[in-house]
Amino acid sequence: MVHKLPSVDVVLVGFGWTGAIMAQELTEEGLEVLALERGSWRDTGTDFAPSFIQDELRYRYHGHLFEETAQETLTFRNTPDQTALPMRRLGSFLPGTGVGGSILHWNGQAWRFLPYDFQIRSQTVARYGNAAVSQDMMLQDWGITYDELEPYYMRWEELCGIAGQAGNVNGQKQPGGNPFEGPRSKPYPTPPMKQTYGPTLFGQAAASLGLHPFPCPSGNMSQAYTNPLGVTLAPCTYCGFCEKFGCGNYSKASAQTTILPVLMRKKNFTVRTESEVTRVNVDAFGKHATGVTYVDAQGNEFEQPADLVIVCAYATHNVHLLMSSGIGKIYDPSTGQGTLGKNYCYQLTPSVDLFFDDKLLNPFVGAGALGVIVDDWNGDNFDHTSLGFIHGGYIAGYMTTGRPIETELLPEGTPKWGAKWKKAFVENYLKSMSVSLMGAVMPDKSNHLDLDPTYRDVYGRPLMRMTYDFKQNELKMQDFAMGKMVEIAHAMKPREIKKSARGPRYDIEPYQSTHNTGGAIMGASPADSVINRYLQHWDVPNLFVVGASAFPHNSGYNPTGTVSALALWAADAIRRQYLKHPGPLVHA
Amino acid sequence: MKPKKVSRREFLAASATAAAAAGAGAIGTTPAFSRDVHGGDKDPWLPHQADAPHPLQAPDYKFFTPEEAAFIEAATERLIPDDAVGPGAKACGVALFIDHQLAGAYGRAQGWYMQGPWSKGEETQGYQSRLTPSALYRAAIKAIEDHVASSHSATPFAGLAPDEQDAIISDLEKGKLDLGGVDAKTFFKMLWLNTKEGMFSDPIYGGNKDMAGWKMLGFPGARYNYLDWVDRHGQRYDQPPVGIRGRPEWNGEG
Repeated sequence: MVHKLPSVDVVLVGFGWTGAIMAQELTEEGLEVLALERGSWRDTGTDFAPSFIQDELRYRYHGHLFEETAQETLTFRNTPDQTALPMRRLGSFLPGTGVGGSILHWNGQAWRFLPYDFQIRSQTVARYGNAAVSQDMMLQDWGITYDELEPYYMRWEELCGIAGQAGNVNGQKQPGGNPFEGPRSKPYPTPPMKQTYGPTLFGQAAASLGLHPFPCPSGNMSQAYTNPLGVTLAPCTYCGFCEKFGCGNYSKASAQTTILPVLMRKKNFTVRTESEVTRVNVDAFGKHATGVTYVDAQGNEFEQPADLVIVCAYATHNVHLLMSSGIGKIYDPSTGQGTLGKNYCYQLTPSVDLFFDDKLLNPFVGAGALGVIVDDWNGDNFDHTSLGFIHGGYIAGYMTTGRPIETELLPEGTPKWGAKWKKAFVENYLKSMSVSLMGAVMPDKSNHLDLDPTYRDVYGRPLMRMTYDFKQNELKMQDFAMGKMVEIAHAMKPREIKKSARGPRYDIEPYQSTHNTGGAIMGASPADSVINRYLQHWDVPNLFVVGASAFPHNSGYNPTGTVSALALWAADAIRRQYLKHPGPLVHA
Repeated sequence: MKPKKVSRREFLAASATAAAAAGAGAIGTTPAFSRDVHGGDKDPWLPHQADAPHPLQAPDYKFFTPEEAAFIEAATERLIPDDAVGPGAKACGVALFIDHQLAGAYGRAQGWYMQGPWSKGEETQGYQSRLTPSALYRAAIKAIEDHVASSHSATPFAGLAPDEQDAIISDLEKGKLDLGGVDAKTFFKMLWLNTKEGMFSDPIYGGNKDMAGWKMLGFPGARYNYLDWVDRHGQRYDQPPVGIRGRPEWNGEG
């Protein structure tokens, strides 16, 4: 039996980072906002206090802050000719659950995408001709420009106190920053983090090669910071437990440290935890969302009507929820029909490990966004003529952690276990680091999401099926970037290096990044996108879908900044336009 | 679209009171196993609710039979042997650590998607065994001991010479050993990860005894502030490690 509840103005599906942004913005309009969150309430003092959070086994290996596959997972295969099998354990990516969502356990690497990204198809064709975009590459412009999004990037950085060195303020190049970044309206709100030895060596080597090193923009605080909402974050203490952990020190930007202290004082906001939305309900014509159906921890089913439905769960779950709700047509790679599930992308993250004889790097003195970067081979920052690929990625000398189960860098030829393994691990632990690539992934015709024909979740819904593999563009880009990484690595003068490439097949087991994108993408036309430039569903105007699911491709940067800017942009469109005239904000 | 009156929100607030009283909430007349946290009502922080870890209670085996324990002690000691570099798996309590992991949530595959149908799949598709970790260990150890009994003069595995043990482990790693229904590579991968976990995780879980794994590497443990060390490039960190429970000498164990 479904219990029907009284209606609310706005219901949010998921109460992670984008949920917190939407709630904060829409409650400002006096709307009554209800967030439905499948996980539990989470707070710094109770859930990730510095008296017990530095526990690699519990959080990294037993995934204490992550979603459980028993509750939600997907099936995976590399290519359509294979049979997809369930992801029974998390591996390659680590979605969160509970209040605060995945940003709770992010590293804090706080990037903007390039102006090129938002107009990638038109700019690629303009510079290199039609032939640069292969037939299988479903490259498309985003329907929004960097300049339009810039004020929202700025708001995000100010909300989170991002620490960094600007490289381009209103077109003026700034020394020490990223000369390739899009023009910023203001510098970063806080100065960059102080670098430890490893990133410093990387920066010196990159500069000696004529490259343009700069400190990684950081959601770990370089100093105490009070954001525009009046919430204060504390300076980062470099404990090295960021990604996969909550910050016990209020030093990492998250919903808990930037928005919740203000939002939770508002009488027109409620979050209901242990409540998993299983369906967005639409009227008989499929043109109006009537609310959502959710299930509590006991299995009781509730119908929650709402005037406005905002789906802001993790990227893959946004797509799954639309599919489970029968909203939109699921993409079929064999016919090219349908838009829901297409342009699923990920990232490619090869690295070069460096081993020194004479330098103690103390990897445990780390922070999630502690590092020096070169952006010379990202986006269209360099000439791709006759390279055979487009885009690229940033190359980083990070020193994020020395957690000893996970941080195992071993020279070439080291046995995987036994006395020689032990000797090599002990000898190199304090004196090794990695240079890594955050490689972009372009949309491919056969990489997509749909529903699995066999496997079902605990609610009896078909699991979502992921079909994904690295394609020629990524593999060629990896070869190119590997050459550049090796060059920088040698310039750092280590005893030896080891190349660690990804692929050629994508493997869902080893951790790579929680940077899943696409599947419910934004665009200029309902013919090739699910949502319009304001993240509003083309078919159902009172439904918005917020998150990295909106990305038509994945860039060579961590996605959180762009996820956040898009959420703020969509919230602004709802506040300024939609509430005055509910209906489509873009006419197809 | 206009904001609605607050009356409905007050209705929902009433359910929160019921939730606090009963441990399970009520939405309308329906008992609800969810929690409402209303803005402005009260501090959502729950006293006495810290999500603290569960340390190992008693240092005795809870899952392995004595024969299985002997196998795991011998095998993990070959994976990380005691030598001049530092103590091995045995001295660090790795077998005890694994035993308690298998007796608990991890051993039961708690939280994993374990529905069928079952298929081995491609190498890129991850863990596909129907066996939980505890069942996998039990089945694999039996199959390996059966193999030892049929192919070696000495038994069990723990009684073999180190190089004979190494050869068997190497065959597991390469998937050369036929363990019947158990995938040798899958078992090796799990055993090796659990061994490293036992060597380098916080001592509260029974491994990394006396923080010997951490000391060997120079990892300072569960510290949370290295601000003084950020610009001390290339200097050796001079403080001993601490665990979540402090240091052994602080609570009479050292």
